Amino acid sequence: MHQTLSLIPALPLAGFLILSLLGRRLPNRLVALIGAGVISAAAIIAIWLGISFLQAPPDSGAYSVELWRWMSVANFNCSFSLHVDALSLVFVFVITFVGALIHIYSAGFMKHDRDYARFFASMNLFVCAMLLLVMADNLVLLYLGWEGVGLCSYLLIGFWYETTANVQAANKAFYITRVGDTAMAIGFFLLFRELGTLDIPAIQKLAPEHFTSGSPIITAIALLLLAGGMGKSAQVPLQTWLPDAMAGPSPVSALIHAATMVTAGVYLVARMHVLFQLSPLVMSITAVIGALTLFIAGCSAMVQTDIKRILAYSTISQVGYMFLALGVGAWSAGVFHFFTHAFFKALLFLAAGAVIESLHHEHGIFKMGGLKNKMPLVFYTFLAGAAALAALPLITAGFFSKDQVLWYALSANGGNPLLWIVALLGAFITAFYTTRLMLVVFWGTEKTHVGELPGRLMTLPLVILAILSICAGFIEWPHNMLHITLFSDLVQKVLPPVVEAEPVPSEALFQLIAVVATFSGVFVGYLLYRKNTSIIESWKQTPAMVWLRDFFYTGWKFDELYNILFVRPFVFITQLNKQDVIDKIYAGIVSLFQRLNGIFSVSQDGSVRTYVIGVLIGIIFILALQLIL
Amino acid sequence: MASYSVLAVAAILFTLGLIGVLTRRNVIFILISVEVMLNAAGLAFVAAGARWGQPDGQVMFLFILAMAASEVSVGLALVMQVYHQHKTLDVTRLNVLKDDIDIQEIKVQ
Repeated sequence: MHQTLSLIPALPLAGFLILSLLGRRLPNRLVALIGAGVISAAAIIAIWLGISFLQAPPDSGAYSVELWRWMSVANFNCSFSLHVDALSLVFVFVITFVGALIHIYSAGFMKHDRDYARFFASMNLFVCAMLLLVMADNLVLLYLGWEGVGLCSYLLIGFWYETTANVQAANKAFYITRVGDTAMAIGFFLLFRELGTLDIPAIQKLAPEHFTSGSPIITAIALLLLAGGMGKSAQVPLQTWLPDAMAGPSPVSALIHAATMVTAGVYLVARMHVLFQLSPLVMSITAVIGALTLFIAGCSAMVQTDIKRILAYSTISQVGYMFLALGVGAWSAGVFHFFTHAFFKALLFLAAGAVIESLHHEHGIFKMGGLKNKMPLVFYTFLAGAAALAALPLITAGFFSKDQVLWYALSANGGNPLLWIVALLGAFITAFYTTRLMLVVFWGTEKTHVGELPGRLMTLPLVILAILSICAGFIEWPHNMLHITLFSDLVQKVLPPVVEAEPVPSEALFQLIAVVATFSGVFVGYLLYRKNTSIIESWKQTPAMVWLRDFFYTGWKFDELYNILFVRPFVFITQLNKQDVIDKIYAGIVSLFQRLNGIFSVSQDGSVRTYVIGVLIGIIFILALQLIL
Repeated sequence: MASYSVLAVAAILFTLGLIGVLTRRNVIFILISVEVMLNAAGLAFVAAGARWGQPDGQVMFLFILAMAASEVSVGLALVMQVYHQHKTLDVTRLNVLKDDIDIQEIKVQ
């Protein structure tokens, strides 16, 4: 058991090493076989591990193995050990399983790329780092994985590095996530100062004894950790990097910027739930940030024209739902939404990649159209993903998870009607932009000629993910319908159950309202983009609507704000300092001595006579002094 | 009174030597002028020794004599080498140790 546990991250690491060292010399087939093979093997091991975990849960509630002692300084001990409990297991499963599907898809998607091996090497390294992140036993190892995924994200966003914009997008992602990472590191330092340990199980045990609920120090720690999560998970106000991160290849967007890495923040908050529970203030902040994010990003998603940017904003918005759930104390609902979201959003990105590839790298949705009959398989799988994203009731996985989040936003102890209304509005917006996306891309008239259709390597993962997007929700039903709660039973071994506020309102009524919101979103989308397109045309004439569209399109002008707040002052200072102000002092000293040297070197003219005169003057001077004094 | 006149002779000798050092161009003559100056100093020592009836003045002169002899031997050897290398004994032309580094060259960029 222990050996197999370490195999899960070791296999992708081995794949990375082989591909990065020998990748150039290997034929493409072998590269794909290694790249996708190691992840698939890890996925199989993870599934086997999951099954044995479910059948016979270990006594301690987790499989753990210490591989070696990493460092040991004074009273700080840090071991390289893995710890897989129910929460980690969910993440490990999603990372390896969805990761394997995306790798298989990439084998087809990237086949014409000359840097085939580099792509798979980076992807394997990413999976390895992400697995370390979720399997880490202590926060130092978690931080290693955390920075590892950041590095791979940077490498893969800038994968096509010959285009300047891609490199800039990669830099932007790196810088902005670094803001959060720094905050998180400071949080870890504080935690270590307070508790003297960074082992996660020890923290969970010690924290409730050490901290009093709501004390400033625990609030500071939780807030700093939350900031780290916000950076990685693209939450307001650190969300601006994610839409630009779409510069990377579509499988990268699917794996890193939809299914796994952007949910690292959700994992961190869920993993550190003990600390968050001790600080009700930070819990509320988490919920408010989630709600704000889901609304802001949803609005932006409504007006984007680039298919991948729509999905990017939608990802930010859905991760916002997860934060909302965590913030109100519905831990398992947040993780459940991550679980279903990973499937349908990965599916949507992969299908979008297939569409983009077949249309000769066309990203604009208004240049697509009429693909329903041209690419039927992609259409049906995309439909499944879109339905899950819009949370069509009962038939999609998205419904089951989002319904929980919505319900707990209202009924959980930390929830309140305002959060619920924002989440409801978000559900409406989600349904609307999903419908818009579907109608514009797949209905209507064909605007770009459809090239080569995706091969079997690419369609197989789509089909599997489509099935999961529909069925993955069936393991957890709303309480008032069926009593199936497999998922929350599993994760509640680690995470505390939801505390509902009293009195609990009638659940069915609010579910109905949510369903109505979803359908009205779909209907409004249908009305505006299919039935009566003249409304949009008339809006284009109204200055207010045009301004609003522009405002949403630019992501609520966050980029512009940051430009004014940070970029321009920084550029101004660097321009001031272009001449190197500090260096001026040293340059002054140097030139002073050079000038003195110029003056004194006149006396050294090589003539004996001058020297003798010099000596003579000196003697006379001394003698004169003798006489005078 | 007698010692004053001897001291005056010594001062004149010293000044003559000094003028020789300053004005002569030939290295050998400069060396001779230096000898004259040394002897002027020696004369002053002897006169002073005679004035107070002490032997120290004559002892000092013997030191100076020995020092002058060794100085001349080293000095002449150097003069030989200088002549070998530069084919001249003119001190105005023997100024290769002059500091003529261009300041611009070493200026920090």
